[in-house]
Order: sequence, then C-alpha cells, then structure tokens
Amino acid sequence: MSIADPAPPMIDAEEAARARRARINRIAKWTLPSLVLVLSVLSWHLYVTIAEVPHYVLPGPVHVAQSLAEDWSVLWPALLITGRLTLLALIMAVLGGVALAVAFTQSKWAEMSFFPYAVILQVTPVIAIAPLLQIYVDSAFLAALLCAWIVAFFPILSNTTIGLKSADRNLEDLFTIYGATRWQRLRHLAAPSALPFFLGGLKIAGGLALIGAVVAEFVIGRAGTGLGLASTLLEASYRFNFGRLYAALILISLMGVVIFAVMSIISHLALHKWHESALKRES
Amino acid sequence: MTKARQPLGQRPALLTMSHVEKTFNGNVVALRNMNLTVNEGDFVSLLGPSGCGKSTALRLISNLAHPTSGNIRWAGGQGADDLGIVFQEPTLMPWATVAQNVWLPFRLRGKSYNDVKDDILEALRLVGLEKFLTAYPRELSGGMKMRVSIARAMVTKPRLILMDEPFAALDEITRFKLNNDLLELKEKIGCTVIFVTHSVFESVFLSDRIIVMAARPGRVIHELEVATPYPRHEDFRTSAEYAGYTRQASEALHDAMGEAA
Ligand SMILES: Nc1ncnc2c1ncn2[C@@H]1O[C@H](COP(=O)(O)OP(=O)(O)OP(=O)(O)O)[C@@H](O)[C@H]1O
Ligand SMILES: [Mg+2]
Repeated sequence: MSIADPAPPMIDAEEAARARRARINRIAKWTLPSLVLVLSVLSWHLYVTIAEVPHYVLPGPVHVAQSLAEDWSVLWPALLITGRLTLLALIMAVLGGVALAVAFTQSKWAEMSFFPYAVILQVTPVIAIAPLLQIYVDSAFLAALLCAWIVAFFPILSNTTIGLKSADRNLEDLFTIYGATRWQRLRHLAAPSALPFFLGGLKIAGGLALIGAVVAEFVIGRAGTGLGLASTLLEASYRFNFGRLYAALILISLMGVVIFAVMSIISHLALHKWHESALKRES
Repeated sequence: MTKARQPLGQRPALLTMSHVEKTFNGNVVALRNMNLTVNEGDFVSLLGPSGCGKSTALRLISNLAHPTSGNIRWAGGQGADDLGIVFQEPTLMPWATVAQNVWLPFRLRGKSYNDVKDDILEALRLVGLEKFLTAYPRELSGGMKMRVSIARAMVTKPRLILMDEPFAALDEITRFKLNNDLLELKEKIGCTVIFVTHSVFESVFLSDRIIVMAARPGRVIHELEVATPYPRHEDFRTSAEYAGYTRQASEALHDAMGEAA
C-alpha cells in the first residue's frame, strides 16, 4: 500500500506505517475525548434552548457556568470542606491500613483474631453506620471523617496484607541464609514486594474516600458545622436550584478525577523503574 | 588468591554429611542415609532424576531445613560469610539495581555500600557486568541476570557455593558460555561448589566428582570421578575423554532410574 511512500532508507513500509499509527494514536487520545465533550455540551445547550426546557427541570450549560461563577463564594468553601474530609480520611486509611497490615503479617494470631472484623466493617454498608456515628460522635466533622475512613481503609488493608506476603520464596530463603533480622526482612523484602499492591489499593481507596465523604455529608453534614459540596448539592435540590446542583456535581466529579490522576502519578513515580505494570508496552 | 587445587584425596574436608535422613510429613522419604564428604576445592555435582532429593540436600546444607536424623558438620565450624547460594531462577530483587542486589549479603550484615564497594565491583567484574551497576534486573537478559545472581553468591568470598540447577532455564549457547565462565570463576576465587543438575553433559564438563542419586527414596547410588585436570576449555567438550565420562555417567544415571522404577 505504500509503494508510493517516499520512505527514508532504513525504515521499511511496515515501520513507517507503525510510526504513523502511533503518531495518530497519540493525537487522537486527547482530541477525541475533547471533541466528545464539546459536542455533548453543545447539543445539551441546543436542546435546552430549542426545546425551551425550564431551568428547574434541566439547566443549560450556560446557566450552570453562571451558577458556578456566581455561587463560587458558597461552592469554594464547600469544596475545601469536602476536599479536607476526603484527604484526611485517605491519610488515616493509609496509616491505619498499613499499620494493621504490618501487624497482621508480623503476628499470625493478630491476623486470625482481627481480620474477620475488618471484613465485617467493610461489608456493612456505610450508609447504615452513618446515623449511628452521628449519635455517638459529638463533632459532625469527626463523624463524617470516620464514615469516609471506614470505606477507604479496607482496600489498603487487604491489598497491603496480600502484598506483604507476596515476596518471592527463594528471596525469603536467601534472607534466611544471610541471617536477616525481622526488621530487615520487612524493610528490604516485604515492603518493596508490597508496594505495587499497596499502590493499587491506594487508587481504589482514593475514589472510595470521596464516596465515603459524599455519603457522610448526605447523612450527617447538614446537621454539622460545615457544608461540604455534597450537602450543598442536596440543599440545592431541595430548593430547586438546579444551576447550583449541577455546579456542585461537576466539582465533585472533578475532585474524583484529580484524586485519580494524583494516585496514578504517585504510582507511576514509585514503580516506573522496575515494575511491569508501569512499563510502556512496545508498539 | 588463586589456590592450586590439590589432587582429589589429598584435599582437607570442608563439610561432612553423615547418615543424613529427611522425611516429610512422616512418610515422604526425601533422603535416606546420605553420607558425603565435600573437600576444599571440590566441584561436586549432584546428578539424578526428579524427586531424588537433590534440592532437599542443598536445603539441609544451607540450614533452611534440618535433618530428621544424622548430622551435617563444617570443618572448623561455619562462619557468617561461608555460604553462597544460586537458585534455578536468578532470584534478584526487581526493585533494586544490579549493584544493590550484589550488596545484599553485606547489607544484611549491616555493612554500608561504601565499605564494600570494591568487593561489589570486583564480583561484577568477574562475571563481566561491571558496566551494569545501575541497571535494573528487567533490563538484563536471562544469562546476565544469572551472572548477577552468581556475583551475589560470590561477593562474600564464601568457602562453599550451592547451585541448584542454575542454568536449567537458559538456552544451550548461554549455558555453555556460563559453564566455561563458572569454571574460570571458581579457579579465581578458589571456593568449593556443590552443583545440582539433570544434565549428564553439564556435570561431566564442570565437576571432578559426580554423585549420582536415585529417587523414592532419595539416596546416593554411585560416585564418579572425572580426573581430567582443570582448566577445562571448550575443546574438552569434543574430546574422546569427555565422551567416555559422559557414557559412564549416563550408565550410572540409567541405573538410578532403573532402581527407582
Ligand atoms: N516441603 C516438602 N514437603 C513434602 N515433601 C517434600 C517437600 N520438599 C520436597 N519434598 C519431597 O521430597 C522429594 C525430594 O524432593 P527434592 O525437591 O529434593 O527433589 P529434587 O531432586 O530436587 O527434584 P527436582 O530435580 O525435580 O528438583 C520429592 O518426592 C518431594 O515431593
Ligand atoms: Mg530440585
């Protein structure tokens, strides 16, 4: 097909075609989703204006953008609250999950005794626990934090526990032969082996922490001290303020995207030198 | 410190296994009444069919498992740096560079990298990988990974190196090359080697003593000497002497398989 192609000397037709495909792929990866976004916003706008849909049924994108700008003084503090809630829950989940996973792998008895309860905590829907937390914990923020933490904590715990046990058996033997201490084994063998598993758990936990924060705000937030994005959204729906509702929804979704992106970058930075999952596939 | 190798029979004993038995789960006899004296400078091959207890013998020697009965003694006791081991897989830490991997035996003894940098460099120079200090294992070929693994086993200048089918997963060209290099290395650092293999050809080329083992129960049934002096080179592989020894070893192995059946 490329007889007519004036290919440079060392590159045959197949290679040239491959390079061209790669170039096109690289561009399309960004342009296509952007195009989809522009088209859907445009058709949303056209539909709302042509069909004259009232804004309390479906606000147009212009209306939503206006709300976003006008309500920024409400939305920004709300975003900070939800962001802080999510981030704190995630940090606590990492600390708690990793500490417990290490304890589990250091002591079989600890694992046997407590692992079933970690699972129970996980499988109980958090929305059913939230009202209880609200009753027993005075601070609403703390109750919401606990709620988000419970959801985010399990993937870290279970992934890290599996990871810490996943070290190569022969390397384990090698460490025994060279008389490694418990600490050396954890530091130089178990921890690096667990890292890819932990980072996988972290990616899931990041998303779950946000979900936990949103659920907590729905159930607890309104009664509490601050109004997060999710409680702002709920309140806007009660008042048929659909512009603000959509603005809050977009911000929550953006937060999710940012969390995912940050986790992916962390994972890449930590693993790109040695782990298969982080290596680029050729062709 | 190149040590001239004493003739067989005049070498001082390094390690003695006497009446060693190992039974798993009370009924799987992995090793029955194994008696073996390994001398300083020996290159001993354990040759035998699958399941005859070769790996078990190495695990017992390296103290990863303990004999059900009998005992294993080091002449003069076992020092901290006396043992190196190479497995069938390179068994490198994928998250660590080549230099860090070779540093491991020292690191676990609390020695800093700078203190042992020269030893690490020397070990890597011996296996021809001094240019790959900062490479990660995934960047190396299978043969190169195995060289790193060998460098790690040698870096402490151990008196005894155990190798459990180290080249079984490599292609034949790489295997021959590594066989030649291993003999050269051994002469240079003057250590003792116990080498497990399924291959008659490999065992004859490498060793001066071949221990032939049989399975079910695992036991020693023959011992062969390969008297051809070292250094042995590529031309040994095509010599009549070599063909003679491989025939002997094959027959012994055949015996071992026959007895097991
Ligand atoms: N941990 C264990 N528990 C139970 N049985 C075992 C264990 N390790 C080895 N065995 C048994 O002991 C016997 C000898 O095993 P070993 O691994 O030493 O053989 P091998 O000669 O190294 O075989 P191969 O050439 O396949 O590596 C086998 O029958 C094996 O099933
Ligand atoms: Mg084996």
